[in-house]
Amino acid sequence: MALPKYATPLERVWHWTYLAICALIFFFLIAPIVVIIPLSFNADRFFTFTDAMLSLDPEGYSLRWYDSLMTFGMSQPDAPRGTSWLADMWANAKWVNAAKNSVIIGVCSTVLATVLGTLAALGLSRPEMPFRRLIMALLISPMIVPLIITATGLFFFYSSACVPQGSWAQALLSPVLSKSGCLANTYLGVILAHATLGIPFVIITVTATLVGFDQSLNRAAASLGANPRTTFFRVTMPLILPGVISGALFAFVTSFDEVVAVLFIAGPEQMTIPRQMWIGIREQLSPAILAVATLLVAFSIALLVTVELLRRRSERIRGVTPG
Amino acid sequence: MATPLDPHAAIATEATGLRDGALTTADGQPLGRALARASRRARRRAFLLVLPLLAFILITFILPIGQMLYRSVYNDGFSANMPAISAWFAEHPAGTDPDEGAFAALAADLQTSAEDKTIGVVGTRINYALPGTRSLFTSTGRKVRSGIEPPYQAALLDLDPKWGDPQLWAAMRDASSAYTDSFYLASVDAKRNVGGEIERAAPRQRVYVMLFLRTLWLSALVTGLTFLLGFPIAHLLATLPLRKSNLLMILVLLPFWTSLLVRTSAWMVLLQQQGVVNDILIWAGVIDNGGRLKMMYNQTGTIIAMTHILLPFMILPLYSVMRTINPSYVRAARSLGATSWTAFRRIYFPQTLPGLGAGALLVFILAVGYYITPALVGGASGQLISNMIAEHMTGTLNWSMAAALAAILLAGVLILYWVYDRLVGIDNLKLG
Repeated sequence: MALPKYATPLERVWHWTYLAICALIFFFLIAPIVVIIPLSFNADRFFTFTDAMLSLDPEGYSLRWYDSLMTFGMSQPDAPRGTSWLADMWANAKWVNAAKNSVIIGVCSTVLATVLGTLAALGLSRPEMPFRRLIMALLISPMIVPLIITATGLFFFYSSACVPQGSWAQALLSPVLSKSGCLANTYLGVILAHATLGIPFVIITVTATLVGFDQSLNRAAASLGANPRTTFFRVTMPLILPGVISGALFAFVTSFDEVVAVLFIAGPEQMTIPRQMWIGIREQLSPAILAVATLLVAFSIALLVTVELLRRRSERIRGVTPG
Repeated sequence: MATPLDPHAAIATEATGLRDGALTTADGQPLGRALARASRRARRRAFLLVLPLLAFILITFILPIGQMLYRSVYNDGFSANMPAISAWFAEHPAGTDPDEGAFAALAADLQTSAEDKTIGVVGTRINYALPGTRSLFTSTGRKVRSGIEPPYQAALLDLDPKWGDPQLWAAMRDASSAYTDSFYLASVDAKRNVGGEIERAAPRQRVYVMLFLRTLWLSALVTGLTFLLGFPIAHLLATLPLRKSNLLMILVLLPFWTSLLVRTSAWMVLLQQQGVVNDILIWAGVIDNGGRLKMMYNQTGTIIAMTHILLPFMILPLYSVMRTINPSYVRAARSLGATSWTAFRRIYFPQTLPGLGAGALLVFILAVGYYITPALVGGASGQLISNMIAEHMTGTLNWSMAAALAAILLAGVLILYWVYDRLVGIDNLKLG
């Protein structure tokens, strides 16, 4: 925004003050995230820049906290680093386990949320959809209702909704339910909860993509002899795919970052990265947490870039000028 | 060839389908009926697409919350295990002094309950209303298990004089019905007294109203702060050329995409007494080493961290509205002699109100239910109502109380959600 030629001196002063204020606010937004990155390479157990770090002395920096992420929980962390050490890490290291659980739960809940959410978004975008506003409000509500309330409700539900002991249902569902036949303390329970929390994001992004969707393309496909399934996979799907993928990424991040529901409904088996972080922060904040945080920031940057590229691609194929 | 029921086919045959003067489709059906059927079918198809998700949400979300609401008014911990005394309460109105019959019923119930090992549940239920009474039930239960002789009133009072306490009898009367409003009364710092009337709780036990007010106040404050910080940023982003603003937008979107726990732990590291902010202030000479500021484990920490975390939710809706504001209105105002301040106040700002309303409501709704950040950086004075719900769920195990507090919070959030839908429309919710 350029200053107009007729600006008074006072306006010029204000303009530069305004830009300085904006710079400060941007600093406030980004500084906390940037600061933890160098601190995670701290050679000492401190959360502040040591003199060695400030003088850029290589001695002041180390990878020890990243190393501790791998060794924490291993049965023989000091063994020589070979294949057996790697196997030990893969099986026992707590952060590695948490990462595995987070990925399993994240991927499963994302698939569930994306499939159900995309179908529903297709229905909601049809002009003839009955009770559109009410249903939309209902489907978005998991995003609005405070997590603690959802978690409380799920806690009661998961510990009360159980299949009867010894029934055929228990025999059939025993791999996914707990020993008492309930959803509490199971992977399935966490996956269902996270899918519920991710669904609003899928609905919002996919309906936003469908707003610019030209319905006459579907009619054109039908008039050329395509059945509804072919029309969906060959015409609709390629056009809304960017929206679906960015909705799926939102759902994945929601699951990957979710801790409240996990704290309430998951058992010790379902240790995820946020839960491990929560425990670490509550018990003793060590720079190892900052190492995890740095890795997660790198992960968010990758996601942000992906979503941004998808958005541009979606706008291009829909013929919408970026804006 | 399209199916005969297709409305387009019906329209196509309109020209040739004029039989007997009435409009019909190719196979002779009246056009109106065929169209109605086609649109019914279209509605059904649209609904069938939504149905799987609707069923999923009803089961995994609406049903659990309904169950929680039920639990906030239903607790049979006392009534199910103490049937005789519950029947006595039902027969005698509030304010009746317990007679020998009441004590006989109580003694019989205590005996069976102790034998069934449910006396702990009973004691816990009364303990919610009168802290410290659980042990009265368990110890008396242990003693009466082997048998108790009439007169029961004297015998029970002999075992423990607390059995004559009118407060205890009021609490038992309250719990004698499985359906109760006592948890809601407790949520607003009220209770039923000996005569059955509603009165305020003892001053020491008045915590919930204060917590609700603090939650509202802190949420309003955080909303205000996000507005103050978000407005200039959104304005800058909206007026810069697209190439520059897209670059700067990354600085807004990166925090938005970063894990909540990462951002909270970053603030914990920064705000510690031995942390970076204090170090910088000392280096700059603002404070000396002895006067390190305490910015964490109190309200300050909660406010700073929540403002940072919720700021993108204010900036993004404001930005998308400001992008659509035509700059020629402000130019017209200036050319008509308005100062830049007047032009901003009278012309520009009113046009940003839809974005401001959307952002403020969203931030406020999210802030009211915040749990993680206050729990980690809030200390004692920075706790919100969500933290109290979690405390009742995992600490005191008073689940009905947690459910009642959650129900009140939920009602508040749903009202705000409704307002949001009215003013902004959920369709206009945008992400990134």
